Amino acid sequence: MIPSPFEYVKVRSVDEALSALAEHGEDAKFLAGGHSLLPIMKLRLSVPSTLVDISGITDLSYVRVEGDQVAIGALTRHHELERSDVARAEVSILPHVAGRVGDPQVRHRGTIGGTVAHSDPASDLPTALLALDGTVVVQGPGGRREIPVTEFWLGFFETALAPDELVIEVRVPRTGADGWGYEKFTRRENDWPIVAAAAVQGRVALANMAGAVVRATATEEALARGASIAEAAALADQGTSPGSDMHGDAEYRRHLARLLTRRALERAAA
Amino acid sequence: MQVSITVNGQQRTDEVEPRLLLAHYLRETCGLTATNIGCDTTSCGACTVVVDGLSVKSCTVLAASTDGGEVTTLEGLAGPDGELHPMQAAFRAEHGLQCGFCTPGMVMAAIGVLADNPDPSDREVREGLEGNLCRCTGYHNIVRAVQAAAKAGPAAGQVPQAQEVEA
Repeated sequence: MIPSPFEYVKVRSVDEALSALAEHGEDAKFLAGGHSLLPIMKLRLSVPSTLVDISGITDLSYVRVEGDQVAIGALTRHHELERSDVARAEVSILPHVAGRVGDPQVRHRGTIGGTVAHSDPASDLPTALLALDGTVVVQGPGGRREIPVTEFWLGFFETALAPDELVIEVRVPRTGADGWGYEKFTRRENDWPIVAAAAVQGRVALANMAGAVVRATATEEALARGASIAEAAALADQGTSPGSDMHGDAEYRRHLARLLTRRALERAAA
Repeated sequence: MQVSITVNGQQRTDEVEPRLLLAHYLRETCGLTATNIGCDTTSCGACTVVVDGLSVKSCTVLAASTDGGEVTTLEGLAGPDGELHPMQAAFRAEHGLQCGFCTPGMVMAAIGVLADNPDPSDREVREGLEGNLCRCTGYHNIVRAVQAAAKAGPAAGQVPQAQEVEA
C-alpha cells in the first residue's frame, strides 16, 4: 500500500514548522514518528497535501522536572520515555505505559506528541495522561497556550488543537513511583487495547470506551464519597459509549471497563 | 526529492518520491530484497531493519525521513568474506527458522533485543520479539537462537559499523 502523493518539507525548529504549516495550508500535516499517520495514509483514510516532517527538531526531545511537574518534549519517543530515569522516579506510570505501546519497533519511532495529537481513543499514553490530569502545551502563530487534558481530546481523531498549532510539550504532576495502576486488555501483546484503564490518585481514565479517551467520572465520584474499590469500579462504564467490533461488542467492553478499573485501582492501592 | 542514505555502510544518493516507503526504497531502489514486506500494516515485523541503531518496521517509515541516516539490512550483517554475523550464525546453529519469510526481520529485531539487553531471559526475548510474527509458529528455536547469540558476545547485539563494512 502506498500513500497518495504529497509534498514533503523537513523542518529543524518549531518556528520553521509553524511557517511551513502556514505556507502549505490546512491540508498539510505534521509528521513525527509516523506510526499513526503513515498507516492511515497508506489506507488513504488521510490524504494530506503536504507532510511537514518535524522529527528533526532535536530540542523537543526531553524529560525533565520543572517545579512540581514533569515536562516531556513532544518528540520524545516512547522508547526514550520508557527508559527515562527522571520519568521512572517522578511519574513511573508513564514509562510503564510507554513500554506497553505497540512493540519495540513501534516504540523506537512513535512520539508522545504524535499520540497526543492523533487522538485515537485506544491510545495507551493519552489514557495515562488523562488519569494524571496533565496539560498539553501547544504553540501557534499567536504564541503558546496550555490545554488541560480534560479539554484536549474531543472525539475520534479530533482534539482542541487549532489547525495552525503544534503540540510542543506534555506536562504532568510529579506523582512519584507508586500509587498507580494500568490495565490493558489485548488479544495479542502488540495490539491496541480492546479496553484499558489507568488509575492515579483517585482518578480513572479509560481507553476505547468512547470516541476519545474518557474519565470514569462515576467511579471517581464514588471513590471521593468513600466507596470501596469494588463499589466504585462497578460504575466505571457509566456515561461511556463503547462501540462494537470484531474484538468485542459494547457490553463486553463495559464488562472489561469495570473489571480493568477494579484491577487498576487495586494495583494503585497496593 | 533527493535523499542521501548510508545503506549497509555505503552512502548513496537517490532521487525518490516523497511517498516512497523505506521498505520499497530498499527493495526496489537499492535492490536489497532480503527485507520482506509481509503484512504492510506495521504488525508482522518482516520488514524490520536497523535505522540509526534502532530496529524499525520499514513499511511504516518514509525513505525521505531517513535522509542523512544509516540503514542496516540483513545483507549488511555478514563480513566481507561472507562470515556470518553472530546472530545469523546462531539462527543457523539453532535452526531458528522454518519457511524463512520472517527470518530477515526476526534477525534484525533480535539484534535490537540484545542491544537493549545483552543477557535476556527467555521471557525477555519473547517480549522483545513481540513485534515479529512467525506464521510457521517456530518461536521456540528463534528464542533459543537469540539466547545462543547472547552467549556469543556483545557483537551479537550490534550491526557492523560503516567503516568495517567498507574495509
